[in-house]
Amino acid sequence: MHKLSKVLVIGSGPIVIGQAAEFDYSGTQACRALREEGIITVLVNSNPATIMTDEGIADIVYVEPLTVEVLARVIEREHPDGLLPTLGGQTGLNLAVGLADAGILDKYGVKLLGTSIDTIKKAEERSLFKKLLTDIGEPVPQGTAVRSVVEAKECMNSIGLPLIVRPSYTLGGTGGGIAWTEADLEKISSYGLKISPSHEILIEQCLLGWKEIEYEVMRDAKDNCITICNMENIDPMGVHTGDSIVVAPSQTLSDKENQMLRSASLRIIRALGIEGGCNVQFALTPSPIVAETWALDQRQVDSSQYYVIEVNPRVSRSSALASKATGYPIARVAAKIAIGRTLDEIPNKVTGKTLASFEPALDYCVVKIPRWPFDKFAMGDRRLGSQMKATGEVMAIDRSFEPALQKAVRSLEFGKRTLLWEDPAWGKGEQRGLPPLQPNDLRVWAIMASLRRDEDPDKVSQLTGIDPWFIYKFQNIVDMEKRLLSEPLEPNILWEAKRLGFSDEQIATLADRLPEQIRTIRHEWHLRPVYKMVDTCAAEFDAETPYFYSTYESENEALPLDGEKAVVLGSGPIRIGQGIEFDYCCVHSAWALQEVGMKSILINSNPETVSTDFDTSDRLYFEALDEESVRDILENEGSDAASSIVQFGGQTAINLAQPLDVNNLSILGSAAEAIDIAEDRQRFEDFLAKLDIPQPPGAGVFSVPEAIDVAQSLGYPVLVRPSYVLGGRSMEIVHSDDELTRYLTLALELDSHHPVLVDKYIQGKEVEVDAICDGEDVLIPGVMEHIERAGVHSGDSIAVYPGVNLSESEVNTIVDYTTRISLALGARGLLNIQLVILSKRGSSSIYVLEVNPRASRTVPFISKVTGLPVVNIATKVMAGMTLQEQGYSGGLWKRRGLVGIKAPVFSMSKLTGVDNYLGPEMKSTGEVMGVDHNFEAALTKALLAAGLMLPSKGSLLLSIADRDKDESISLIKELYSLQYGFYATEGTAAMIKSMGFPVEMVTKKLDEGHPNVVDVIHDGSVNGVINTVTGGRIPLKDGFDIRRAAAEGQIPCFTSLDTARVVVSAISGDGGKFSVKPLREYLR
Amino acid sequence: MSKKATLILEDGTVYRGYSFGSERTTLGEVVFDTAMTGYQEMLTDPSFAGQILVFTYPMIGNYGISEDDFESGHIQVRGIAVREYCRRPSNLHSIRTLDNYLRDSDIPGISGIDTRSLTRHIRSRGSMMGILSTEMCDEDALERLKAYPRYNGTDLVYEVSTEQVYQWPAVGDRQTDASADIKQGSYNIVVVDLGLKYNIVRILSQLGCRATVVPYTTSLNDILALHPDGVVLSPGPGNPSLLGGVIDVVKGLIGTKIPLMGICLGHLLIGKASGAEIFKLKFGHHGGNHPVRDLATNKVYITVQNHGYAIDDSTLQGGFEVSQINLNDDTVEGICHPDLPIISIQYHPEASPGPRDSSYLFDRFLAMVGKPTDA
Repeated sequence: MHKLSKVLVIGSGPIVIGQAAEFDYSGTQACRALREEGIITVLVNSNPATIMTDEGIADIVYVEPLTVEVLARVIEREHPDGLLPTLGGQTGLNLAVGLADAGILDKYGVKLLGTSIDTIKKAEERSLFKKLLTDIGEPVPQGTAVRSVVEAKECMNSIGLPLIVRPSYTLGGTGGGIAWTEADLEKISSYGLKISPSHEILIEQCLLGWKEIEYEVMRDAKDNCITICNMENIDPMGVHTGDSIVVAPSQTLSDKENQMLRSASLRIIRALGIEGGCNVQFALTPSPIVAETWALDQRQVDSSQYYVIEVNPRVSRSSALASKATGYPIARVAAKIAIGRTLDEIPNKVTGKTLASFEPALDYCVVKIPRWPFDKFAMGDRRLGSQMKATGEVMAIDRSFEPALQKAVRSLEFGKRTLLWEDPAWGKGEQRGLPPLQPNDLRVWAIMASLRRDEDPDKVSQLTGIDPWFIYKFQNIVDMEKRLLSEPLEPNILWEAKRLGFSDEQIATLADRLPEQIRTIRHEWHLRPVYKMVDTCAAEFDAETPYFYSTYESENEALPLDGEKAVVLGSGPIRIGQGIEFDYCCVHSAWALQEVGMKSILINSNPETVSTDFDTSDRLYFEALDEESVRDILENEGSDAASSIVQFGGQTAINLAQPLDVNNLSILGSAAEAIDIAEDRQRFEDFLAKLDIPQPPGAGVFSVPEAIDVAQSLGYPVLVRPSYVLGGRSMEIVHSDDELTRYLTLALELDSHHPVLVDKYIQGKEVEVDAICDGEDVLIPGVMEHIERAGVHSGDSIAVYPGVNLSESEVNTIVDYTTRISLALGARGLLNIQLVILSKRGSSSIYVLEVNPRASRTVPFISKVTGLPVVNIATKVMAGMTLQEQGYSGGLWKRRGLVGIKAPVFSMSKLTGVDNYLGPEMKSTGEVMGVDHNFEAALTKALLAAGLMLPSKGSLLLSIADRDKDESISLIKELYSLQYGFYATEGTAAMIKSMGFPVEMVTKKLDEGHPNVVDVIHDGSVNGVINTVTGGRIPLKDGFDIRRAAAEGQIPCFTSLDTARVVVSAISGDGGKFSVKPLREYLR
Repeated sequence: MSKKATLILEDGTVYRGYSFGSERTTLGEVVFDTAMTGYQEMLTDPSFAGQILVFTYPMIGNYGISEDDFESGHIQVRGIAVREYCRRPSNLHSIRTLDNYLRDSDIPGISGIDTRSLTRHIRSRGSMMGILSTEMCDEDALERLKAYPRYNGTDLVYEVSTEQVYQWPAVGDRQTDASADIKQGSYNIVVVDLGLKYNIVRILSQLGCRATVVPYTTSLNDILALHPDGVVLSPGPGNPSLLGGVIDVVKGLIGTKIPLMGICLGHLLIGKASGAEIFKLKFGHHGGNHPVRDLATNKVYITVQNHGYAIDDSTLQGGFEVSQINLNDDTVEGICHPDLPIISIQYHPEASPGPRDSSYLFDRFLAMVGKPTDA
């Protein structure tokens, strides 16, 4: 093979459902692996909240939109010899195909590494894939790939219903579904055909209820093949694997079945000719008990039959899980193989002794549970099917299934929702009914509740399609619950309960004690967890890896680390509001600790992340981030010897500050006291008043009349929110007494002990700052201005650095406030402050909305646009180095000649039933960054990368609330001058007509004639939507159908005029002429 | 709650857990195996005779016991140690539970112990004898263990080898019939049973061979009288140095130039017969994930291993060469001779349990058998 010197790596872009942090993990590993080989790596990714886009990971980093055009410009500039597309998820793969089809790779002589275009097409194009499998004699479900609805129906006539529809080249099952009726088939097929980049869908026999088994396979150029791991989906076929609870290794397969599927996996990767990693999914004959109700044709079958379902010719979410489950660094090895290394040349970094050509042996059980966003999106459709809905996942490891499952549930961080939780709707006492057992996000709890109601495990297995083996394990947990309820608490039963994974809290509930009492008893009886190593080899070799999990056994392998050390508390599963940004911070914090000579210890439960990579920290505890497990770990390390860092793991970590403090466990950085001042509304109000810093007027109320009094004296609109949570949860802007009453009634029903806060809603310019304080000086990396006025959650706003519309005096005031607040709080480390500027007749007032004494989600962004290693500096401050000692001084960091714009990215097309209207509650799943030397260019890139850019020609659907109509006039004029066509709903159409512009009126009443608003979106007449609404959050019936249709049709939908206005300015301005160059060149 | 059980190692280390299977006392060499599936095949593998088997995989018994996964007529291990055994198995093929099978075979098991700790102990201290008991106090047990014959000094092949010559496939027998439907045997292969796993003869018969399985005490002349097209020396338990008689037979077989395939113990005997020395590994190779490099092709295979002894490569003589090596510790995994039709491998191409990647070796052997030799 020709020696490679420069390789282009494509990242996966923003976090969306189906493509999350796992690709930062894989891309980071890959870049580091290639650099080890002396190869210059060029990385392109639009997502700033990634470790891979940091200096030091790749040699040359482009934070640019991931489009074929942009990548072509990068290739033209860099002339790489190779392109590695298999580590950037579906995005990377599809872009590689795009570049090849456009002739770019040939033109510049770029060799595709790892997986050829031919292979990608064979694996991704459903018709080719089916043919390949048939050719090598692998069984495939009955079905065909089709390119029209008519063909889909023909297929239905020959196979019969139900059928599964899978589009080619889409991600996370997007656009697919199960058709039970002919009407379903029509609907799903036409949508799937539209959404598939190659306009092809596979119509297939639906193997509902069959076991779903996956294999992670690796192959090198010498044709050496290994399997890393197999995984069994607890949820059978019918639920997307990303939405399934998964166990590794498989539990219910005999060796014969295991080897049958393993051998098939090897035949498939060989037939595809993949050099690198690949994931193969199979359906396998279910247990006879399940077959009884689900797979009728398998009832009397006496041998195991399998079908090949799908192959991902790349590193995938499952590979990330398999890596963390086994300790085998799949992405690292895949990258090395892609450049020509063979498995027997690559050392196994985990053991330090063996080679990459072996198959990991596990001596524990791993359980993964998806994290769904329905705690935020209560109105969403919670049913699970072939389209993935989870935003993230947790993983837990233990020596057997029950404790691994229980720890995974704890890791989900649903607060009080332990495995004991039951939905009130399931009834209590005499009224207890059988909970619904169809697949949804609550099924684990429903199974537990059913068994508690003495339902027969075999029956539960039949109702769910879940193998009886798993149901019996659930039954073991229920049996222990019953024992804990009835038997006296003695060492034996407590030991057994801990061995089954019961938390102190669960035991306390059942045995009628307090959690702290259980902990005390546990210690008296010497019942403490031990920590075992994940070593890839089931202890056969002495391993060097510092990767541990807790269990109740006899031997502890994690002896306290010597020397100065600190524990970085991670951020747990990726969810709305707490994304990859926090993992980014944790990783940098761990590295910074090492730079100052301290040992870094990480605790996290998220298998997708860089933080849980085996070589990120000096020691990794793969554990739930709750009080019990964190305290256990600290005790294991020696409570006096290790301090905790709570600033980087988002709300998860900050919530642990109080319990740590109460138990005299030390915190590095801002004290629990500072955190409490910021979180407790009354204390915070007093605090700001003392500093003479204004905040929006308001009060805490406990009743409806009280609230109405306050609101009337403040004047509507007012912002209402509970006092005890941050981050925009359950926050609303209300405009009337009625809305206020409705909100308060609900809020007080949920919690009557804490006040509801009613604040004047100031509709001004929202600004946010991140700052680092060492107690003496306050360094402010930058001030960011939000495009959307206050009222849209900061995480969903477009943020601009530096604040281009801020006056010098405004900036000075912000710096002054930030400095004084930081010092008065006694902060050590990072803070984030949100402010609002209200301008009136030339003078402006600035109010402080919120202070968070922790890293915010803007930290990666601000680090990238300022070039300041913000987390590194803050961590060193916490470790005792002043800013001055680090070479920094206080005040605002000098701005560079660039504009950086952070834009939110949504996954709304996947969340049926969720309103994509932007308000005070966060809805985005990810973010992108556009950076350039001027505002328009940076904005254009951010919009392109976020999928929010309008085409330069086309038509828009407008539906504007009365309140916003005046304000929208200039926008409509501008759109007209750009030659956009208009469709509009009744009132808006009348307004446009009165302005003298042509407009087509479409009704928003879906049952009153065609074309209606949804028709014009579905048939492609419009390319974008502008829709603003009046009123509070619920019920936002008005325009809901328009917004959902836009989400499903994947066209931009703007619910704030502010957003629409900047989008138009990007189109009308010079934004199209943006630069494409390495990030560091913008920073010059 | 089950009865308590104790596993005591010869260095005095004690593991306390609960009994399952038969409630009695058993003694043997304690070894661990890292395979994650295949406990039924392992239990019935005669190479584990004389040993107490520790499964590093913590949950054993999940898919029960099937009718088709026996590797010999009965359980061969002396006892088993697990972290957790599964009371409620689930699998299409399961006909009974592991506990039930052990009980009926009068084999004891211990569960609930920290098998990882035990594994680490053996890894660092080396293989050692152990006693598993539900009835004896620690002192008595240790006493009994000390007086018990060592693994190295026991002729275990004697315990496991067939007493009668038999044919495979044999008509009317489920074990052999199931694999006999492919084609009728054209080659006549003699299999010397040193602790034969059924899957070896299953594969031979699938490949169209008629196998005649003979006791390990069969003389060279009696083997030759069967007019074999090829001879397979099976795997088996224990110390190869105790098998002087068989080694002489192997020497004779080598001389006849009849194609010869030695697997595991069979391979060690070929080594011995050719004059090479054998040594005992610290804790052996037992698992389904060992990488082996074929030096001829430079390719790497994931192999199934189950052996406590290995050939010392520096003592190879008479033209024998190393053909395959283990990538973990560079030990010999196969030997060959440029002029002799011999396939001699330390690991288990018959798999069962484990990856089937090396089954090509049987094809290679039969290619030798099919070639006319000058004998």
